[in-house]
Amino acid sequence: MSELLVTRAVSRYFGGLAAVSNLNLTVRSGELVGLIGPNGAGKTTVFNLLTGVYTPTSGDVMFEGKRVNGLRPYKMARIGIARTFQNIRLFRALTVLQNVQVAAALRARQGFWSAVLRTPRQVHDDAAIRAQCMELLDRLDLAPYADTRADALAYGVQRRLEIARALATHPSLLLLDEPAAGLNPNEKSELMSLVERLRDEFSLTVLLIEHDMRVVMGICERIYVLDYGEIIAEGAPDAIAEDPKVIAAYLGTEEA
Amino acid sequence: MLWLLSRALGAAAVLFGLGAMSVWLTHNVETYYYLVLIQCGIAATLAVSLNLINGITGQFSIGHAGFYAVGAYVGAAWTMLWRPIFAKELPWLEIGSLPGDVANLIIALALGSLAAAITGLIVGTPSLRLRGDYLAILTLGFGEVIRVTLLNIDAVGGARGLAGIPTLASTGDLAAFWVFGLLIAVSLLTRNLMQSTRGLTWLAVREDEVASDAMGVDTTRVKVTAFVVGSTFAGASGVLYAHFFTGISQDIFGMDVSIMITTMVVLAGTGSVTGAIIAGFALTAMPEALRFLKDFKEYRMVVFSLALIIMMLTRPQGILGHAEVGFGSFVRLYQRLRLGVRRSAR
Repeated sequence: MSELLVTRAVSRYFGGLAAVSNLNLTVRSGELVGLIGPNGAGKTTVFNLLTGVYTPTSGDVMFEGKRVNGLRPYKMARIGIARTFQNIRLFRALTVLQNVQVAAALRARQGFWSAVLRTPRQVHDDAAIRAQCMELLDRLDLAPYADTRADALAYGVQRRLEIARALATHPSLLLLDEPAAGLNPNEKSELMSLVERLRDEFSLTVLLIEHDMRVVMGICERIYVLDYGEIIAEGAPDAIAEDPKVIAAYLGTEEA
Repeated sequence: MLWLLSRALGAAAVLFGLGAMSVWLTHNVETYYYLVLIQCGIAATLAVSLNLINGITGQFSIGHAGFYAVGAYVGAAWTMLWRPIFAKELPWLEIGSLPGDVANLIIALALGSLAAAITGLIVGTPSLRLRGDYLAILTLGFGEVIRVTLLNIDAVGGARGLAGIPTLASTGDLAAFWVFGLLIAVSLLTRNLMQSTRGLTWLAVREDEVASDAMGVDTTRVKVTAFVVGSTFAGASGVLYAHFFTGISQDIFGMDVSIMITTMVVLAGTGSVTGAIIAGFALTAMPEALRFLKDFKEYRMVVFSLALIIMMLTRPQGILGHAEVGFGSFVRLYQRLRLGVRRSAR
């Protein structure tokens, strides 16, 4: 398996505070990797570094062998890194189909003028994008909601739409920021099988942040544990669950 | 290329119809009502063009009169100041005949809207890094900068402004043709854009800028394009205003005008094109319709503000919200009414 995403000694400082320091991650093609850590450990900051929201203070982010740090978020999306948000960020007043269409637009060849003049090629192109998006919705069981406004959806469906929208950019790397947050146990199980199924069907590589240990231990093949902005452990779920450093980070240590 | 032919034929039919309507209106409608109608058309064009920026892309610009002013002054400057220089060499630029008038108006429109577009680009590029209140304050300030700059340029009359701008398009017979042609153009542009995937990315910027950025939408580019296109049409309306009302001065492009246009867009229900047109007509015609309050002239604006307050309380989403009025909505209304009649008959 080739290395899809590699970070080399990436650090990010806010003033004097090191939110992330000396981060070395390696994610290989087709893997399903988890990133866990206590609250405030810097997990979302890592996502923001990988998606171009923040530029690393030092170190390199390599994607498909190319150095990509400093790229704006929309360019990251265009080279194949898509994400979902911890606090759902859908286009609330748009329909489900339109939400997905916006993300698919990065593959549209049309420009402003062809959109304004409604050239036959542009109309054709639009119809093709709509069809692709409908198919995508169908594969995530969202097709019945295609014309529903995003803010009218149930919470669990909104989470699924976030994933659908990210997939519409045709990513090779999918970053999921707490996809199970706020879901009930039943929905969590569905989510786990969904993520595994999508990875196979779309030949994706997935990196996910999650608090729910059952989800993380259930689907991740490898786990990185982050605490105070540093990786404190890395390995298979079973090994992580027994690692004393991880237990200390989550539960604290007994004073000797 | 068949589609291009059919489009061109459609456009020609619309233009011919507009021209005929315009000539008919000139000869059959009292001048006062005619001028109000022209003013309504210009206001609606300004509202629809600002709607691209405020309603669809979700920015908050309240300096639209600035671009309107740039268009008006540059257009008038062509006709009054620059045209005579060129006309010495090029006899077809003489005014007074239909072809000469049309040619000059087209040149004035091109220069005026280009100048407004460039101004929009210059102002838009740095200021669109700002959001919400900060952008509003900056655009407001910019509108004033334009006005005060014009006040201090002697070549365009300074505080006196430019008067006696020649009425092009043969003594105004075609005023309605140009004004409503422009209104149709900007409305069609918005509608077509909104029906495309590209247009959805504009709405996405309004809905959530961070998320659209993460989904591959170049948000800066979207915002700057919206700003430039909106300014271009504001500039073109300015050119038409200058040539049909034949006199301009900086005080008619003040902050109150900017705020009035913004009010129209907000009233319209941000994002709705037909709403913006209705609001443009309503807010321009209302003060005129209230002129019957002869002895209570000072209460005219009170009624106006009351109407706005009632509107805000009862329909904060605007006249139409995000919806559009089209032929289909009348059909639906008819069906609903018929259904209602049938139910009550039982």
